[in-house]
Amino acid sequence: MSLVAQGIAFRHGERMVLDGVNLRLDAGEVVALLGINGAGKSTLLRILLGLLTPVAGTVTLDDRPLAAWRRRAVARRMAYVPQGHAAPFPFTVNQVVALGRIPQAGLGRRLSADDAHAIARSLERLHIAPLANRVYTELSGGERQRVLLARALAQDASILLMDEPLTGLDFGHQLRMIELIRGLARDGYAVLHTTHRPDDAVQGSTRAVLLERGRVVADGVPREVIHGESMAAFYGVALDHVDIDQQRFFRYLPDRHPR
Amino acid sequence: MTSIRSPARGAGRTVALFSGAALVLVLAIGMALCVGRFPLSPAAVWHAFADTSTLAGTVVLDARLPRVLAAVLIGAALSTAGATFQAVFRNPLLSPDLLGVLSGAAFGAAAGIVLGVNPVVIQLLAFAMGLAAVGLGLFIAHAVGSPGVLGLVLGGVISSALFASALSLVKYMADPLSQLPTIVYWLLGSLAQVGWTDLQRFGVALLAGVALLCASGRILDALTLADDEARSLGIPVTQVRLITIVLATLVSAMTVSVAGMIGWIGLLVPHVARQLMGAGNARVLPMSALMGAIVLVAADTFARTVSAGEIPLGVVTELFGALAFLLVLRRLRRSGL
Repeated sequence: MSLVAQGIAFRHGERMVLDGVNLRLDAGEVVALLGINGAGKSTLLRILLGLLTPVAGTVTLDDRPLAAWRRRAVARRMAYVPQGHAAPFPFTVNQVVALGRIPQAGLGRRLSADDAHAIARSLERLHIAPLANRVYTELSGGERQRVLLARALAQDASILLMDEPLTGLDFGHQLRMIELIRGLARDGYAVLHTTHRPDDAVQGSTRAVLLERGRVVADGVPREVIHGESMAAFYGVALDHVDIDQQRFFRYLPDRHPR
Repeated sequence: MTSIRSPARGAGRTVALFSGAALVLVLAIGMALCVGRFPLSPAAVWHAFADTSTLAGTVVLDARLPRVLAAVLIGAALSTAGATFQAVFRNPLLSPDLLGVLSGAAFGAAAGIVLGVNPVVIQLLAFAMGLAAVGLGLFIAHAVGSPGVLGLVLGGVISSALFASALSLVKYMADPLSQLPTIVYWLLGSLAQVGWTDLQRFGVALLAGVALLCASGRILDALTLADDEARSLGIPVTQVRLITIVLATLVSAMTVSVAGMIGWIGLLVPHVARQLMGAGNARVLPMSALMGAIVLVAADTFARTVSAGEIPLGVVTELFGALAFLLVLRRLRRSGL
């Protein structure tokens, strides 16, 4: 199971949003995708999901071009976890997660016992089974993020593409979400997530990819890619890092000019 | 324990609510057949079905029954169409008129009245123009390259405005003594002229439309997702949305062509159904159909019995709708939605 993007280019009007992007995602990996605002992270995510068609390059899912897959077949292999979920109606957690069964069950028929098991399993896996009958809009940000992840797990997909799963979560929920993502990768899932937090990318990922103005400028082991020097150049602010007990911390140095 | 017991309790509650609503509908129909300018006891209504040759038989079977059945069908149709539009456009406070079906139908009927064609053709014109208005709205949305929810809403606004101005023009051209009052009365909405022939023309189609909408609950749940989310679940959003809109529009256009403009029901009833059944559309749609039927049978009975003359049904639903909306808004504010 693999997702491979080669030579991806995308244009928005005159502006090249992505230009020759190569990216690979395999089972057991957690890939953190970093980029400043407007670097093209979301566009890349949408192309990987098959929601946008690139002007050049190809995305292959299990060695077959994404365009050759049926959409429902893609949805059984690859799930999208959005940053938030606009919920104009008071759906319960169970109902939100049940939508994840659409790729398996289709829209036409009722959910089967298998579907109900898959939903219950996803809720258990993310420790939110007690919330099953609660209304989604009444949950906290951290709980909502778990519900959306549970919906993705209910799809039975093995590739998870997550759009800023840590944004908007309090510190405790961020740490728990990082641990959840790592646990999923240990179970064989392939996870790609976009993030604005270099320290989380170092701690929680097996690989880090830096996207700058539509190009991949670094792709490798997080500790080698994400350090004070690269981050100072990447974000244009003066900072360095310190390593304490295997953990990397970034320090903002307001008195120094960025290199 | 609660997680094991509560779904069963939920299912029991659902059955109880549906049974209760069905019972209320039967009682409302029974009452509507009894009351009127020629009051009948329940026993007399029962006998009227057995012996159709009596005066009571004529009153019940020829005058009241087709009208009550039309109220059932139209109430159910407006409510399910409203619930559908609310899901498709991800807004719990929308009416089926969002894309201009009422403006189009009103124009069609007014044009028919001015042209002096027979009532059947007026109905067909109203139906066709209702569809044309929505078609134009969809076309505008696609022509400007924005087939998403916002594009459709804007297309509907433009189309509604065009047909509203065309209606004004027709009213301006109409004979102020004969045609204009007819147009105004038509626009107020009424079931006074509905008979068996109308039911023959539209009854089966309306029933089929309501049944199809009721069966598409899970599709509607999926359409409440953002487009990217829905597509990532393998749903061909644009096509599914279009089919759903067309079906709900057909149903709404039929109601307008039979009964004119009957406001508020399509907006409010699904909302109350959602309060009772939760957000899942597989339950909201059938409950909306039942409640819409109850409300319209009750409103029509009120319209034809409250005074010696008859108040147009549209006026009754507008009046009670506005008051009910006040209550809904209070609840909405409290629930923070």
